[in-house]
Amino acid sequence: MNDALPKWADIVLLPLINLLLALIVSGLVVALIGKNPFEALYILVNGSVGSAYGWGYTLFYATNFIFTGLGVAVAFHARMFNIGGEGQAALGGLGVALVALAIDWPHWALALPAAVVGGALFGAAWAAIPAYLQAKRGSHIVITTIMFNFIASALMVYLLANVLKVPGSASPETARFVEGARLPNAYDVLPWLGFSRSTPLNISFFVAIVACVAVYFLIWRTRLGYEIRSFGKSEPGAVYAGISPIRITMIAMLISGGLCGLMAVNATMGEAERLVLDPVQGAGFVGIAVALMGRSHPVGVFIAALLFGALYQGGAELTFEMNGMTREMILVIQALVILFTGALDNMVRAPLEAIFLSRRRPTPPVPTTPLEPGGHPEKGKVEP
Amino acid sequence: MDYLGIIQILDSSLRLATPLLLACLAGLFSERAGIFDIGLEGKMLASAFMSAAVASFTGDVWLGLLAGIAASLVLALIHGVASITFRGNQLISGVAINFLASGLTVVIGEAWFSLGGRTPQLEGPARFQEITLPFANAIRDVPYLGPIYADLLSGHSILVYVALALVPLSWWVLFRTRFGLRLRAVGENPAAVDTAGVSVVGLRYAAVMICGVLCGVAGAYLATALSAGFVKEMSAGRGFIALAALIFAKWRPWYALGATLLFGLLEALGNRFQSLDLFGIPIPTQFMQALPYILTVVILAGFVGKAIPPRAGGEPYVKER
Repeated sequence: MNDALPKWADIVLLPLINLLLALIVSGLVVALIGKNPFEALYILVNGSVGSAYGWGYTLFYATNFIFTGLGVAVAFHARMFNIGGEGQAALGGLGVALVALAIDWPHWALALPAAVVGGALFGAAWAAIPAYLQAKRGSHIVITTIMFNFIASALMVYLLANVLKVPGSASPETARFVEGARLPNAYDVLPWLGFSRSTPLNISFFVAIVACVAVYFLIWRTRLGYEIRSFGKSEPGAVYAGISPIRITMIAMLISGGLCGLMAVNATMGEAERLVLDPVQGAGFVGIAVALMGRSHPVGVFIAALLFGALYQGGAELTFEMNGMTREMILVIQALVILFTGALDNMVRAPLEAIFLSRRRPTPPVPTTPLEPGGHPEKGKVEP
Repeated sequence: MDYLGIIQILDSSLRLATPLLLACLAGLFSERAGIFDIGLEGKMLASAFMSAAVASFTGDVWLGLLAGIAASLVLALIHGVASITFRGNQLISGVAINFLASGLTVVIGEAWFSLGGRTPQLEGPARFQEITLPFANAIRDVPYLGPIYADLLSGHSILVYVALALVPLSWWVLFRTRFGLRLRAVGENPAAVDTAGVSVVGLRYAAVMICGVLCGVAGAYLATALSAGFVKEMSAGRGFIALAALIFAKWRPWYALGATLLFGLLEALGNRFQSLDLFGIPIPTQFMQALPYILTVVILAGFVGKAIPPRAGGEPYVKER
C-alpha cells in the first residue's frame, strides 16, 4: 500500500467517485432505452427514502446485504472470493425454517438465538465443501461456490416441492411459523416512528449491527483475525509464521458461509414467516458489491448495504412507476458498481494520486540530516 | 436402450457440447495468456441476446452472428481494459461482466421487444439451419456405420462443425505458430516475453479478443441454433462449466474436446431421463438437472489427476522500471 492518497481520500472519496461513475453509466443505460434518467433517479430516491414505507423496505433489504456483505468481506480478508453467498443463504433459510418448525416456540426471544444458530450452521455447512476442496485439493473456490449455488437451488426446489411443503398444498413452501417464532417488526418495537403494521423491517436489523461489531472485533482484535489477514496478505508469509493455510481457509469460509446463512433469519423468520422458494433474491451476489464498496470493513459494509438497500427498494418502485423498466436495472447498477469499485479501481486511483501528489509538491520535505558519506544517517542508531 | 437410442443421445450430446466447446476454447486462449476469465458466461449471454435480437430484426442469422460477436467483444474489451491496462482483479472484473450481461440483456430486451426479456421466436433464415452432409441419406441404411454418419455426424448447424474444426486450429495456432508460442509464454513468464521485446499488453489483448470472438460464436449458437430465440439467463452456467472443463482438459485443445463432450453427454442424459429409477430408488428430476454442476465439482476436486494452470495466470504484469 502506498501513501500517495490521504486515508480519507482512499476510503471515502475514491468509493464515492467510483459510485458516481457507476451511476452516470447507469443513467446512460436508462437514456439508451428511451427513458429519462433524472426522472428515474427521482423515483429511485423518493421510493427508497421518501417515506416510512420506503425506509422500512430499504432497511429490510439493507439487513440482508449487511449479512451477505460481511460474509463476502471475511472471505476477502483471507483473499478468497466467495460467490456462493446465494446458495449459503438458501441453505441458511433451510436451517432457520427447520429450527422455527421444530418445536412450538413460546417466545421469539428464545426462537431468535436458535434460528441464528440454525441459519449460521447450515450456511457454514454449505460453504464447508468448497472450502475443503479449496484447502485440500486446490479446486478453485470461485467455480465450486458458483456450482454450489446451482446445486443449492435444485436442492431447495426438491425439498420444498417434495419434503417440506404442507401436505395437500400446491405451493412449494413450508407451513407458517408458529406465533412464538415470529420476529417483532419495526411497528411493534418502535411504533412512534410511523412504520406501518406490515413493514418487513424487523428485529434482525439489530442482529445485523451486532454482526458488524462482532466481525470488526474478529478481524482486527483477535488472534484468529490476525491470522486470517496475514494469510490474505501473503500465504508464504503466513506459513512462515506458523499459520496453517488449510485451517485458515476452512475457518474463514465457514464464518463467511455462516454470515451469509444468517441473512435467512431476516428474510425467512422476519418477513415471509415461512420458507418460500428463493428467499435470497440475489442478496448473495449483492454482498460482493457491498463488500467491495465497503472496502471489506464492517462500517463500510454497513453504509454500502444501506445504499444497496435503497437501490433495491427504489428499483422496485421504479418498475412499478416507469413503464417498460424491469427489475434487472438494479442488476446493471450493481454490476457497474462492482466493475468501477472492484476492477477499474486503478482507473480513478492513479489520476487521483497524481492530483494529491502535485498538491503536496509546494512544500517538499526538507532533509534534516545530511547524508553521511558511505552510509545512511540512521545506521549508527540501529547498531550501537 | 437400443442402438438408435444411443445414437440419439450421442447426437444431442454433440449439440449440447458445442457451446461448451466454443466457450472452453475461448477460455483456453485467455488463460493461456495469463488472463483468468470468469466472464465467459456473461459474454455468451450478451452474444446470445444480441444475435437473437439482430437476427429477428433483419431476418438474417449471419448478421445476428456478427452482432453477437460484437457484443461479446465489447465485454471482452472491458475485461481487457480492467485487467490488463488498469491491472484490476480479473475475478472481480469477470463477475461484474456476468452481472452486467444478465442485467442488460433483460433491460434492453424488455425495452426493444416487451416480451418479458425474451426475443421473438426466430424462424427460417433467422436461424442456423441443419446441414445434411453429402450422401447422408444414401448410406443411412448401412448397418451400424450408417446411423453414425447420417444421424450423429450429419444434421447439425454449421456452427457445430465450425466448433469441431476450431479444435485442431486452436492446437495449431497455440503449439505450431510463433504467435502461439509467445501467447503461451506470456501466460507462463511475461517478463521473459517482455525482455525479448514482444509486447505483453498487445499479446494479452489479442488473447482476450480471440476469447471474445469465440464466446460470441458460442452465444450465437445458443440463441440461433440450439434454440430459436433468446430467453433470460439462457446460458445457465455453461460459462462456468466450460471453465471447469478447461481445468479438466489441463488447458489443451484436444482434451477440451473430450471434456466438453463428456459434459454434453451428461446434459443430454439429464434431459433424456427426467425421472429415473436406480435399483428401485427413484432419482428426483432436480438431481438430474443438478448433475452437470455436481460433476463439475467432482472434476474440480481433482479426482482425475493434477492440473497445473499457466504460471502467471491472474497476475497483472507490471513492467520493471
